[in-house]
Amino acid sequence: MAKTTVYQKVAYYPGCALEGTGHAYNRSTKEVGKALGLELDEVKNWNCCGAMEVKNIDPKIQTYLSSRVMSIAANEMGHDVVMAPCNGCYHNLKKAEYDLEKDEESKQVVDRISKKAGHKTYEAGQVETIHALDWIKGAIGEDGLRERVKNSLNGLKIANYYGCMYTRPRHIFPEKDQGPGSESTSQPHFMDDLLEAAGAENVDFPLKTACCGGAHTLSDSDTSTLLVLNILRAAEASGAEVIATECPTCHSGLEMHQVRAEKKYGYESNVKILYFTQLLGMALGVKPKQVGVHENVSDSMSLLKEKGIA
Amino acid sequence: MPIHEEHLIRPENIKTKENLVIDGIDVSGHWSTFIESRVVTDYNEAIEDEIAALPGGEHIHRCWQCGSCTNSCTVNAVNADFNPRYWIYLIRMGMESELLRDKDIIWQCVSCNKCTYACPRDVFPEGVMKATSHWLELKGHTPKSPSMVFDEVFSEQVIETGKIEEGRIIRSFFKRTGQPLMQDWLVEMVKRMVLKLPVKMLFTLGLANFVRPRTSNWGGARDAIKEYAAEKHAEQRQALGLDELVEMAKQEVKPRLPEAAE
Repeated sequence: MAKTTVYQKVAYYPGCALEGTGHAYNRSTKEVGKALGLELDEVKNWNCCGAMEVKNIDPKIQTYLSSRVMSIAANEMGHDVVMAPCNGCYHNLKKAEYDLEKDEESKQVVDRISKKAGHKTYEAGQVETIHALDWIKGAIGEDGLRERVKNSLNGLKIANYYGCMYTRPRHIFPEKDQGPGSESTSQPHFMDDLLEAAGAENVDFPLKTACCGGAHTLSDSDTSTLLVLNILRAAEASGAEVIATECPTCHSGLEMHQVRAEKKYGYESNVKILYFTQLLGMALGVKPKQVGVHENVSDSMSLLKEKGIA
Repeated sequence: MPIHEEHLIRPENIKTKENLVIDGIDVSGHWSTFIESRVVTDYNEAIEDEIAALPGGEHIHRCWQCGSCTNSCTVNAVNADFNPRYWIYLIRMGMESELLRDKDIIWQCVSCNKCTYACPRDVFPEGVMKATSHWLELKGHTPKSPSMVFDEVFSEQVIETGKIEEGRIIRSFFKRTGQPLMQDWLVEMVKRMVLKLPVKMLFTLGLANFVRPRTSNWGGARDAIKEYAAEKHAEQRQALGLDELVEMAKQEVKPRLPEAAE
């Protein structure tokens, strides 16, 4: 990151999924922060960002929901950086930022609802929203991480899976695609960089930004299963032992449909699914239990033991 | 003679005659296959404006039919009938009956935004897909899709309490779509997960069923959002002429009432 912000202390917006199915992502993110000496200050009394659903009812309600989180972080807690580990939250906060900067009508709607709700209206530019990947990359970087690794990932073969919301659509991420040091929207590499520094071997995985069908995990399960099957097959064909994720929706989508593909199509896949923060945490010497490896559906303990990581 | 691009032609429009004599020459089995030409007469020029009035559909007029959206489409890769470029064409041409042929799959867009990424004209095809499936439902061409039911269950919870609890969403969704909650794969997944979890955490998870997570002091935001949503809803109904449709339906029913009384 070319930016001067060092992200030593950031506002932390976990979001709803991290209090439910993504619990392991929440605790592993906190553990990684602790191990790296970075401070997370949870946004007070936060609300849902609108996820992928509210925008289909009305996009501006979603813009308001996301803006409220940023408003609290900026106006009530005095932060200028909000870190969201969930791709959905990260995406929505970025989208709200973009709309509030460019679209007059969005501004008016957000202002009107904020006033009635009784808090300050968020104004574009008050905070910078970053993903957990930006956070670690910006605050510590690969070199810093390499020095701090206590328990190398020992060449564990990893397929890095970024999903949709981290890079698309491009226009809401103005800091990406800015040359060396910045993230790429077509070939994202921040997770690859960090895990490589932690001792993993990244395989050449072609479906980094493919879709897992997360929006329709339950409403159109058959399509989602087919999409997840593609991802699992491609990862195995690339020689991966683990798919590293950075989004609770992708993660639970992959886990759910790995089971469903087995039940429905008889396709058994051996590749394990872990949050990148779980892998980083273990590399930094945190115990597997503390990063919630036992909370995953996909049982990776035997692989981690075999590799000498757990 | 075989027709090579057969998949582009509707099967019912391909006519093959067993025995055919043309100008005294027997062409049976060789030149006996024809494509029936199709005539479209029911243009509905209002569709484009109506879809543009729904959230997501605003920029449909920018499309110049390059096909980047269909080319990049996630769902198109698993179902070749899912064709955003074609649907945008039909909407802009007003070919309603053609569009309705695909009415049951348009909602399947997974919002991956690959099309938005690829589109050189900023049409935001993902939004257009959402607006189109919304239009189909509002006009009564399709029942509410499972995706729409899910969105509603989800949004209602967010607007009511500020937060969601996934277990509650899943249960409400299966209930409203009339599916059993005990799907074999869900049961299997929960089994695999629960076996490894410590008792303390299971207790916390169970507790979420009784104590709903909520944002405090949410009342003001809830009322303001509901008020705004109601206004928007009324605007959309007007743009789609839905109230007039209802009125017309009532007028049509009225004269028949005395007959029914007799």
